[in-house]
Amino acid sequence: MVRFENVGLRYGLGPEILRDLNFAIPAHSFQFLTGPSGAGKTSLLRLLFLSLRPTRGLVNLFGNDVSLLGKDEVAALRQRIGIVLQDFRLLDHMTTYENVALPFRVTGRDESSYRKEVIDLLKWVGLGDRMDALPPVLSGGEKQRAAIARAVIGRPHLLLADEPTGNVDPTLGRRLLRLFVELNKTGTAVVIATHDINLMDQYEARRLVLHQGRLHVYE
Amino acid sequence: MNRLGPVRRADERDIMVDLGHERPQVPPKARNASPIVPRASISGRALVAVVAIMTFLASMTTGVVMLISASATEWQSEVSSELTVQVRSVRGRDLDRDAEQVAEVVRSQPGMVEVRIFTKEESAKLLEPWLGTGLSLDDLPVPRVIVARTVPGRGLDLAELRRRVAEAAPSATVDDHRAWIERMRSMTGATVFAGLGVLGLVIVATIISVSFATRGAMAANRPIVEVLHFVGASDRYIANRFFRHFLLLGLQGGLIGGGAAIFVFGFSESVATWFSGTPVGDQFAALLGTFSLRPTGYLALAGMAVLIAGITALASRRTLFSTLNSIE
Repeated sequence: MVRFENVGLRYGLGPEILRDLNFAIPAHSFQFLTGPSGAGKTSLLRLLFLSLRPTRGLVNLFGNDVSLLGKDEVAALRQRIGIVLQDFRLLDHMTTYENVALPFRVTGRDESSYRKEVIDLLKWVGLGDRMDALPPVLSGGEKQRAAIARAVIGRPHLLLADEPTGNVDPTLGRRLLRLFVELNKTGTAVVIATHDINLMDQYEARRLVLHQGRLHVYE
Repeated sequence: MNRLGPVRRADERDIMVDLGHERPQVPPKARNASPIVPRASISGRALVAVVAIMTFLASMTTGVVMLISASATEWQSEVSSELTVQVRSVRGRDLDRDAEQVAEVVRSQPGMVEVRIFTKEESAKLLEPWLGTGLSLDDLPVPRVIVARTVPGRGLDLAELRRRVAEAAPSATVDDHRAWIERMRSMTGATVFAGLGVLGLVIVATIISVSFATRGAMAANRPIVEVLHFVGASDRYIANRFFRHFLLLGLQGGLIGGGAAIFVFGFSESVATWFSGTPVGDQFAALLGTFSLRPTGYLALAGMAVLIAGITALASRRTLFSTLNSIE
């Protein structure tokens, strides 16, 4: 589903922060992406999410060479990827419901075709009574769950999560992990970027470890 | 070994966080009611003001150019169907008789509608601004003026007329106002050209202002654009969300500016009507003809408002796409 071959990344004229990345993310797989702070986890996630282009090498996503993709094709591919960012990136002027429904709304789908699905998911992530709340009044954990719900509502083929448990207590972190595992069971490949050893110890999965710009894969 | 139990999504009781019944169970509205781009995030008031001013200037320029053009056409058609013969006083000749003879010659020329010799009183009135009232023309060698109206659009054999007039009175000269009409024509052309120049400048200034405003709005809403990209929105979708705002702002500005220009012309027309018949009104009418725009003129003003609104929308669309290209 995702294949990296000799991929390198540098910002501007700076040093190469990711070097010779060779790995694949198979469909339905589950993996942790880990490494010390500043190792390039977020940059690798951004490469996977097509918000960065590699400075060298080949990135193949869903059978497409990303260097050949136009902006519209990138937008179409992103609809197959869900992403949860550290800072949630919820739109403050929209309610929780509207934020979660956004991936459907931007594709022009009629609201009646997805409303129930959004409400069900919000209830499932424990935000059933916060649907009409605006993000500024949500707690950190609620924002996190709203961001996750937005990422998974479109049943993505690939879910990327950047430190999804970084802002929540261990109990909630454990519950969030359960959500990702469950999503993986329904067929979504999951990549969780984290440096939380405890979180990784809770679930046996493949580990992609970034160290000094290189990636080591532990099956 | 996995230590996590399964989660059944279909089962609502098995929610991630059990909030119990502590929170009030308010029936949710849960509808897409908010716009993608909040209207308040675009500083629209300044842009509406700019577009309104630009539309007002463009409409006023168009209106004034049309007014001058129409007046010039009116003058030209009046003057070009008229010719004047001056019979100068020459020692040893009877000026009145010469004038009568010349008038006869002119009358006999084909294509004449009316030939009239200005009376001495009329001539005195013409000279009043320079020589004052109570003038006796008998004491002065004032030429007599013969005014002839010709059939509009019919070419006159001026050379033949001049020859015959010279035979009747050697001191008589025929003036068909051609030089004056030419000057008028070039002046009108210059006015239209200047008007077009002003319009061009207004359009360029509008494009620049709108581009700046669009960039500002995009910069202010960059986080929204990024999130829309994250959820897979295409550039066209995002641009259209902003475009609606700018189209609306453009239309508002156009309506205000165009409406103000239409009001100014309508009001001026009413003022001209109120003053018609008074010395001020006559002076004004002499300078600008009938100070009124035809219905097509008002249509042109409305067209200007639509044009400026359209330019606002197009300029913002162009800027939107170029800015979106720079945001991954």
